[in-house]
Amino acid sequence: MNFSIPKETYTGRIPEIVFGKEKKAYFGGESALPFHFFEGEFIYKPLIAFEIQDDIPEDYPEELAKVYSSVWDSPIKWAKFCETLGAEAIALRLMSTHPDSKDSKPEEAADKVKKILSEIDLPLIILGSNHSEKDAEVLPVVSDASRGYNCIIGKAQEGNYKTITASAMAGGHSLIAMSELDVNLAKQLNILITQMDFPREKIIIDPMCSALGYGFEYTYSVMERIRIAGQIQGDNMLCVPMVADVGFYVWKTKESQASESDIPEWGSLHERAVMWEAVTACSFLLSGAELLIMRHPEAINTVKRFIGDLFS
Amino acid sequence: MAITGIEIFKLLPKTNCKKCGFPTCLAFAMKVAQGQADIEQCPEASEEVKAKLKEAATPPIRGFVFGSKNIKIKIGEETVLFRHEKKFFNPTVLALEIKDTESNIDGFINEVLESSIERVGQILKVDAIFLKNESENSEIFNQVLDKIINKAFDLPLILGISKPEVAAKALEKLKESRPILSGATPENINEMSEIAKKYNVPLIISDKGIEKVLKLVEIARSVGVQDLVIDTQPNSAKELLMDNTLIRRAALKKGIRLLGYPIITFANRDDNFYETVIASLAILKYSSIVVLSSIPKWKNLVLFTLKQNIYSDPQVPMQVKQDIYKVGEPDENSPIIVTTNFALTYFLVKGEIENSKVPAWLAIMDCDGLSVLTAWAAGKFSASKIAQFIKESGIEEKLNHKELIIPGYVAMLKGAVEDKLPGWKVIVGTKEASGIPAFLRNYVRSKK
Repeated sequence: MNFSIPKETYTGRIPEIVFGKEKKAYFGGESALPFHFFEGEFIYKPLIAFEIQDDIPEDYPEELAKVYSSVWDSPIKWAKFCETLGAEAIALRLMSTHPDSKDSKPEEAADKVKKILSEIDLPLIILGSNHSEKDAEVLPVVSDASRGYNCIIGKAQEGNYKTITASAMAGGHSLIAMSELDVNLAKQLNILITQMDFPREKIIIDPMCSALGYGFEYTYSVMERIRIAGQIQGDNMLCVPMVADVGFYVWKTKESQASESDIPEWGSLHERAVMWEAVTACSFLLSGAELLIMRHPEAINTVKRFIGDLFS
Repeated sequence: MAITGIEIFKLLPKTNCKKCGFPTCLAFAMKVAQGQADIEQCPEASEEVKAKLKEAATPPIRGFVFGSKNIKIKIGEETVLFRHEKKFFNPTVLALEIKDTESNIDGFINEVLESSIERVGQILKVDAIFLKNESENSEIFNQVLDKIINKAFDLPLILGISKPEVAAKALEKLKESRPILSGATPENINEMSEIAKKYNVPLIISDKGIEKVLKLVEIARSVGVQDLVIDTQPNSAKELLMDNTLIRRAALKKGIRLLGYPIITFANRDDNFYETVIASLAILKYSSIVVLSSIPKWKNLVLFTLKQNIYSDPQVPMQVKQDIYKVGEPDENSPIIVTTNFALTYFLVKGEIENSKVPAWLAIMDCDGLSVLTAWAAGKFSASKIAQFIKESGIEEKLNHKELIIPGYVAMLKGAVEDKLPGWKVIVGTKEASGIPAFLRNYVRSKK
């Protein structure tokens, strides 16, 4: 019996995102489900951005502290260190703006962003602190300060998308739109954003990430459903790239922190923590993410090897 | 593939003779399609329609059981490409490869026996041993087999043997169990099929790529082996994803019976991190058996959790065990918040309490995994049940206050809960989890 490949018919191609000024980074642009090379084109590999924060992190566990504690007092040092580790893009999280952290002012954040942009050539993703109201104050100022640098700004949510979208548009940036684990909410938010004349081709969906063991299967399935709706069922609003904000969720889990002496049956902490991040990230590549935001360099290297193997 | 009522109707005599007990042939056809009537009720039904129905009733991916006398593992019989369409049914079997030339066989067996970890109420473990006949010698293989049987009589086995005569001698020893035989290749497919048939064990068919495997599957089937496992020997993550996707797609969407079998993946890699990644790809993308070269505890925890997550039923809400959970390091003055045991509710509420940096007691009540409003509507998150849960939890003794925070969506329960929990004051919290940090900070401030 001869085997003919049962191919899927596609209705949509994911728009490609190009960002950065001096150095550029690329992702998206594929015409089939993730890594289905036998029935589609994949122009770009998925992109991994190294996460840094604008101030000394308050909640980085030991495994991350070992890597970054010598550089994390300065976002510029931190970003340069990531560059030496092979970073192709940086994701700066403005954690100190959170009201529970230092509640730092939008202008302070904007100053930090400007400094980083003047000293670092790598493409930049600028993230708020995930505090809906505060992000609505901070991100427009930051967006304006980085005008012309072609960044990615995020995250716009249902409660704050208007100001953030308007400022991202004025600043010429791409935009991350986050909703909570629901295909229809993701679609609805993109409709609202495009109704403000923001181009669909510059939206990146964040369907809300999670860590292995902590709601993982919800993110995984919502991503698969978004990809199928966008690329096979012809839903244009869902036919855009997706981001998985992996590090943020993984490094909160007990699995990334508990020592082997605390829980012997979980085995060695270092390998467990690194692979918790790597496997979460690789899984979300398979469910549809083109952009990953990650923290541990060993996890990132493992995911890079996986991407290389998929593109072999 | 499912057959529709209309398709059945077309093959019926269309005389509306009513002998089947239904008023029309169409009505009968519809009932047959739904499984509520048997085609045999129609005296005129042709052999053609009977054959089609039989075909439609056979699962597109064959399922079967292997294992030992007391431990039976079912693999196969999957029905979807994406878990949200229904669910993945029979979780991936994780097997440790042991070579019969290994000096420390006991150590490996112990590792497998001691691999179990409890996670969210489930016991997860390495399921089987893949014993490889590296020596190509029957005596050595059977000695190791004896060791395993003596030490772990009930451990399900997969036998990796390329020489048919070694396979026959090994299977002679294992007549009380049903191991899987691996090692059928173009060189030995006829003999291996005969052996698999004689001992009634499942057979793993190995060759490079889908086309070549198909030819071997045809041979094994013609010999009469029913239970097969496919190994397309992918060289890369790219090939593994492609082969597994096309095999499942061909079986489910095109009804290609020759590919309607479970898949095995040999994840063995030089690097332990990368082996874990390849095993993860295999678990996510359709492999029924994954063979590993080592099983350190950290790797097991990662793979067990992934397997548990991905094989959970998307239609049954994931539940958290009823309990009073600590978020941060709460003490006798810390606030207590009650909500339902829908996993997503739990994760969101817990995450936002963490964000608030206010240590708190999180009282998670068993509501069959429903979210707050649904549970309230179903009568599972009622005033009396909340009161009973709080009383029986014994939390009262750990607190020096009696204030209970309830979700904003059930604000109407405030009075009723206070009636049923004498001495307690009920505080109405926020409707959405995202409001929790601000709420908790204000709440704690108001107490000072």
